[in-house]
Amino acid sequence: MPKLSEVSQTVRSKNAGPFWITIDIFFGSHASWLRYSNCVALSKAAIGELFDVDPAQVKRFSLEPLHVLKFSYPRAVPQGGLNERDMHGGQQYARLLNLELGV
Amino acid sequence: MIDQVGGVPRQGIKILVPVGALGAGIKAAYVNDGLQSGIHAIAMDAGSTDSGPYYLGTGRPKYSRDAIKRDLRIAMLAQATAQVPLLIGSCGTSGCDAAVDDTVAIALEIAAEDGLTPKIAVLHSEQSYDSLYAKLNTAQISELAPSDSLTPEILQSCAHIVAMMGPEPYIEAVRAGADIVLGGRTTDSAVLAAVPLMYGAGAGPAWHAGKTAECGGQCTTNPTEGGVMVTVFGEHFEIEPLSKDNSCTPRTVYAHLLYENSDPLRLVEPGAIIDVSAATYEAISDRSVRVFGSQFIPQPYTMKLEGAGGSSFQTIMLVGIADPHVLADIDGFITRLHAAMVDLISRTMGDAVGDFDISLRAYGWNAVSGTGPAATIPPPPEIGLLFVATAATQEIATRIAKTCNPYFFHFPHAMNVELPSYAFPFSPAEIERGRLYEFKLNHVVEVSHPMELVRTSWIDLRTDAKEAVNAQT
Repeated sequence: MPKLSEVSQTVRSKNAGPFWITIDIFFGSHASWLRYSNCVALSKAAIGELFDVDPAQVKRFSLEPLHVLKFSYPRAVPQGGLNERDMHGGQQYARLLNLELGV
Repeated sequence: MIDQVGGVPRQGIKILVPVGALGAGIKAAYVNDGLQSGIHAIAMDAGSTDSGPYYLGTGRPKYSRDAIKRDLRIAMLAQATAQVPLLIGSCGTSGCDAAVDDTVAIALEIAAEDGLTPKIAVLHSEQSYDSLYAKLNTAQISELAPSDSLTPEILQSCAHIVAMMGPEPYIEAVRAGADIVLGGRTTDSAVLAAVPLMYGAGAGPAWHAGKTAECGGQCTTNPTEGGVMVTVFGEHFEIEPLSKDNSCTPRTVYAHLLYENSDPLRLVEPGAIIDVSAATYEAISDRSVRVFGSQFIPQPYTMKLEGAGGSSFQTIMLVGIADPHVLADIDGFITRLHAAMVDLISRTMGDAVGDFDISLRAYGWNAVSGTGPAATIPPPPEIGLLFVATAATQEIATRIAKTCNPYFFHFPHAMNVELPSYAFPFSPAEIERGRLYEFKLNHVVEVSHPMELVRTSWIDLRTDAKEAVNAQT
């Protein structure tokens, strides 16, 4: 099974305000978006499990014209709290890169 | 006479956005080029919560005073040349009163140095505990996901609280003759949308244009190449970079909606939702884009509240470890070290230490994720181990660090070996980090009208200059 890093152009994460993190997956081609964006590993349930968030709170947007899949999820603790490890949320995408995408 | 279509000039309302944030580095040449094209206003924002709670907690700006002054001088000179309003939102990063007043002081310095005489409107939107407590009692404050409902205790814990303004205070100030409007916390889009809305441009396109241009060149193919120009019409807007060597494409303009935004299709603003789900993006040239189909959906007028405060302090230490025995079992080593430190503090400092927290984070291993790498991952050649003590006062946090220092320096990987010494980069090893600030509010407040929580004041250097001349004659 291919890994997300192998079938996408860019994967990035960032704060969306102090209470949310948002992840953008740019597939780079319509074919790749079509083939992989709906796989189980990129469902709300899977993303919720990966980031330890209730899947009901995960937002998912699939944007065909951009060949993008976007997730937003609430932070467990607001940005900058006692044990902040990623102030801007900018490194949270890394754990997605090796996701295996079964189709 | 203005040539108009449905109230909007035929050539559209042009807003020059010099930079994504005041202080980030305006390119003066691009701004001066942009002034040639008949602009209606210069607008930008100066703040964000993106860099964390410290800035709102303290009221201090993220950018240096010199960097802010440099950019503000370019913007003020452009304003004086073009004789159009200059609007700056979220002054001083947080947009709290002290941060706005710092920016006003810089503006007055520049005016004095360069002989400028603008009429300046200052918009404050910091909120007192009392005013929001009253709003809480009348059930006019509600929480946003994922936060809980507001309590007086949470309000009390904030050092500063700001309400995010919409475009109305800016419009009112410009109508009253402001050359420059320096605003407190405002939604990024509102500062840019204000003048187009004032001239009667389409509300959907005005807001969508504001959202697109809020980060300056971020919506272009080369985000480091300066700001952008937006032109808003009745039913659409157009956008292009200020630099002739940079481009906006339908893709870069659409994709900017993704950036730092949890919902890219519905933009929640004071008194409105901007639905951009049906927007279309078309290239006008190889460097400019036209956008149709942005919908303005009126909502009850609410302002988002931001609040930050801090009640504890931190002291940190960093040590390098290259010992292969430690690195062969990093997670076990850290677990044992942490337990030994907590035990040591409890035994030696007693009840006087109060609530405290010790956190150990292994850079080069799992400091960012906080979870163990897979068992198949080999040990790294070295790690940086960060120690963070958090306690009620700086003095206690530092005492915890000093007490833990021998363990942090010498803790062995096994009990029967000679004590190692790990690699401190600094002397003294401990660094006082100051107060730990936290974001406390994720709520909106209902207002009866957009000015209810906003205070406008004026500094009229035009009149002052005239009076000075009159006094001399």
